Amino acid sequence: MPDLIRELFSYTFILRALTVGMLVSLCSALLGVSLVLKRYSMIGDGLSHVGFGALSAAMAMNLAPLQVSVPVVVAAAFLLLRISENSRIKGDAAIALISSSSIAVGVIVTSLTSGMNADVYNFLFGSILAMSRGDVLLSVVLSVIVLLLFIFFYNKIFAVTFDENFAKATGTKAGIYNMLIALLTAVTIVVGMRIMGSLLISSLIIFPALSSMRIFRSFRGVVVTSAVISVICFFFGIAASYAFDTPAGASIVITNLLAFGVCCLAGLIPRGEKE
Amino acid sequence: MPQISARKVSMSYEKKPVLEDISFEVEQGDYLCIVGENGSGKTTLMKGILGLMPLKSGSIRFGEGVNVNHIGYLPQQTVVQKDFPASVFEVALSGCLNRIGLKPFYSAQEKKRTLRNLEMLGIGNLKHKSYKSLSAGQQQRVLLARALCAAEKLVLLDEPATGLDPIVTGELYRIIRNLNQTGVTVVMISHDVRAAVENANKILHIGSSAEFFGSTEEYLRSEAGKKFLRQSSRAENAAESTEGGTGPCRI
Repeated sequence: MPDLIRELFSYTFILRALTVGMLVSLCSALLGVSLVLKRYSMIGDGLSHVGFGALSAAMAMNLAPLQVSVPVVVAAAFLLLRISENSRIKGDAAIALISSSSIAVGVIVTSLTSGMNADVYNFLFGSILAMSRGDVLLSVVLSVIVLLLFIFFYNKIFAVTFDENFAKATGTKAGIYNMLIALLTAVTIVVGMRIMGSLLISSLIIFPALSSMRIFRSFRGVVVTSAVISVICFFFGIAASYAFDTPAGASIVITNLLAFGVCCLAGLIPRGEKE
Repeated sequence: MPQISARKVSMSYEKKPVLEDISFEVEQGDYLCIVGENGSGKTTLMKGILGLMPLKSGSIRFGEGVNVNHIGYLPQQTVVQKDFPASVFEVALSGCLNRIGLKPFYSAQEKKRTLRNLEMLGIGNLKHKSYKSLSAGQQQRVLLARALCAAEKLVLLDEPATGLDPIVTGELYRIIRNLNQTGVTVVMISHDVRAAVENANKILHIGSSAEFFGSTEEYLRSEAGKKFLRQSSRAENAAESTEGGTGPCRI
């Protein structure tokens, strides 16, 4: 095991992926708790598909991938939020509509320009080779901003997640904080998508939150453990992917799935509530 | 100048008109109960007062010194909350959010205020417990504590006794009355009209059958009041007589 870790750290591309990936795991786990509790899990999934479309279009036009997809996905986040606030059932359908349309646009654009190739595969399922040095820098900056904003607005996010009506009634601008959550989610997804792939990135948002909710009963407890679980799973996912020569994104999802199973079992153990 | 003055308020819910030309006034220190049948628009009216739903016509004005941000609100519980991972303290503390403005964190002052409110409601010992593991009565007290954290002068309570047993309900009403006696204005939606006339000094009755706004004494003499009280005591008698049948084995 120590040998494996030493080997891992000797590759620049793995170090890059670990740096960005662990930051993204942290951000997505924090946001994920709120998204899952607000019943917004589907928004994360929808956004990652929009990200695929944007990324493909950017590549086809030879534009910088992150700089193009961040604004597109942020715009989509606001749109999806609008839709799901208005009516739940229609919102679900609208998200599915936007998701599949974005994938379709992405596939068509790519096949007309460079042809269906390894790029498309990488966009869908992720690649740890995808990050250039510039990407890493931008990703780190974005993740740190997401992290700081989350900590800064933690109490507001809690209030808006627990009871939007009460928050609104007592003068908290719930709409703004919902938009903030959507904005941070959009940025996190775009940054993480390169490594995880657009089909798999939403697992980073949903799994850690669900896992920690099996065990912990306070919001802070859930948020903190969710972040810890997420970062650990990302690391072991990458290690497993290296050791067994499996795709990184998929390995990370499976690690998260295993962690979820462990948490489910741990949650079944009866225990006295501490006073 | 009244704390709240509503003039000819009309509101609709999902495009159906539910309230027509409602007018009432709440003075500092009042205890107003809003009564009426199910679906008469009581919650809609409360959301109108809080600015959560638009008015179709009419106006709701607040008196000087009443800031819409400093109204304590006890909403009906949502589905999300029933399974929400949060401690009692976290939930109650979130009521202080309007006190910290743009500051990111709560200070010792807000935490003290939250603890004081929890203790006043007799749930100080539950502060580390998980909110979703509490009984309905305890959850309601937590939400009342949160409302008190937010409120300086005015609390709006939407059916606070829903799902509570008679003893817990009685305690809750006593707590609300005490609160009112310390000068906090109380506006409460209730379908328990008997408790309403016992506790409140003003009654607003809305609904298709009858409309009334005035003091509790006037309400008791009014046609609407007499009829509604008769109906609700009939319903309660019916409930008691069925309970009576199983009484002996329940002790």
